[in-house]
Amino acid sequence: MGLELYLDLLSQPCRALYIFARSNNIPFEFKRVQLAKGQHKTEEFRKVNVLMKVPALKDGSFTLAESIAILLYLVQKFKTPDHWYPADLQKRARVDEYLSWQHINIRAKGSKLFLSKVLLPLITGQPLPPEKLEFATEELNVALKQFEEKFLQDKPFIAGSEVSLADLVALVELMQPVCAGYALFEDRPALAAWRSRVEEAVGKELFLEAHQDIMNIKNLTADQFAPELLENFKQQLLKQN
Amino acid sequence: MGLELYLDLLSQPCRALYIFARSNNIPFEFKRVQLAKGERGGGAAVSRAVCLFTFLGPSNSEGAGKVSLLKKVPALKDGDFTLAECTAILLYLSRKYNTPDHWYPSDIQQRARVDEYLSWHHTNIRANAPKTMWIKVLIPLFTGQPLPSEKLQEVMEGLSTSLKQFEERFLQDKAFIIGSEISLADLVAIVELMQPVGVGCDIFEDRPRLREWRRRVEDAVGKELFFQAHEMILNIKELSNIQIDPQLKEQLAPVLMKMLK
Repeated sequence: MGLELYLDLLSQPCRALYIFARSNNIPFEFKRVQLAKGQHKTEEFRKVNVLMKVPALKDGSFTLAESIAILLYLVQKFKTPDHWYPADLQKRARVDEYLSWQHINIRAKGSKLFLSKVLLPLITGQPLPPEKLEFATEELNVALKQFEEKFLQDKPFIAGSEVSLADLVALVELMQPVCAGYALFEDRPALAAWRSRVEEAVGKELFLEAHQDIMNIKNLTADQFAPELLENFKQQLLKQN
Repeated sequence: MGLELYLDLLSQPCRALYIFARSNNIPFEFKRVQLAKGERGGGAAVSRAVCLFTFLGPSNSEGAGKVSLLKKVPALKDGDFTLAECTAILLYLSRKYNTPDHWYPSDIQQRARVDEYLSWHHTNIRANAPKTMWIKVLIPLFTGQPLPSEKLQEVMEGLSTSLKQFEERFLQDKAFIIGSEISLADLVAIVELMQPVGVGCDIFEDRPRLREWRRRVEDAVGKELFFQAHEMILNIKELSNIQIDPQLKEQLAPVLMKMLK
């Protein structure tokens, strides 16, 4: 039994892993975990990740959670090309810096906007009040500004002249609000150009394939969710909002 | 000009860096950044005080501002090279100064355990631990009123859940997160958990396993160093005696309340 990656491509970190592994021809078994069906809460999956989240890795008896940890593990184990996680101390630090910052900035704000625009109305059967949507959008805009000013600046990629884990992790996160209908690349030409470069670097076809499910998210209906999950979700989202 | 670390020891990530650098005898210039002081009048003081502590948001402090475009502490300056984000700085230092292997093991699986914790930390332990300070000290300081007890209860419940996962997934029955030796993961975790302790929410009280782990971490870095780093936070109640300009209070109260959400 080789490497297993437990993924749901609706999840941003899962897409980063999928693209990274495929782009580097890392052999793995794709174990689909459908979040909407509550498959992450089964006893079986709990044995892989007691935190009950995707993505998760299983390599023999070794299990690992957290996409950043898994990406770094794959880099080390499969000795991927240097640019993904440069050996140069300062370039590597730039990648680490982004991977750390993104959790509560791009990732958090992008996810929140996605949840607000897509999941909440779906689950509660009511549209989100416009001021809440505006607030979530503004928060993401602030993060985007910081991303462009601090991390990307006028470089082709975050670490410099080549794509790294940082760019991949950033882009898959931004695709979430994009697929929810927020055309954030539209008035941001520098960001749009960066996006094109990242897609080229990993392979446009692979990128699109990884994003099939999330691009069709608008077709998701309430009946595709396991009922207990819906109820649980409803309570959670209402509390947050 | 050598390595400079911009730090405020009221900030959890700053303490992790301070302890790590000192514990490993890494030579650095301590650039004190006092986020609690609103040094200028007018708008600057408002924005500065709004960004009072790192866990409230980006710091506007002069020194840190020049070093880090994000205007956050901690920040590192090494010649022309500047760096933000505690994790990134810890890793940079461990590599540059070749610190003992256990801090960030070369063994691929052990290293993965450290990376796993450092990642999970952001949206779990670090999501709720800092809020205890807002609720018990900062917000009452600025609004002149204590918060309803449900607010603290909510935060403590969230923290409780994270602590349960911490014990179940990360620590388990090992001495430290990776096994028999301390690593960056333990250090980053412990400094965060000292925040609620500082404001009187002793999360170690009913958790003997965590208490023992804490003792081991303190011993591993050096008890004296640990307490020196935590002197400010353990005396945080003294902050309650600071006089805050009433106008500032008025402007900040709603902002602080919003940040609590």
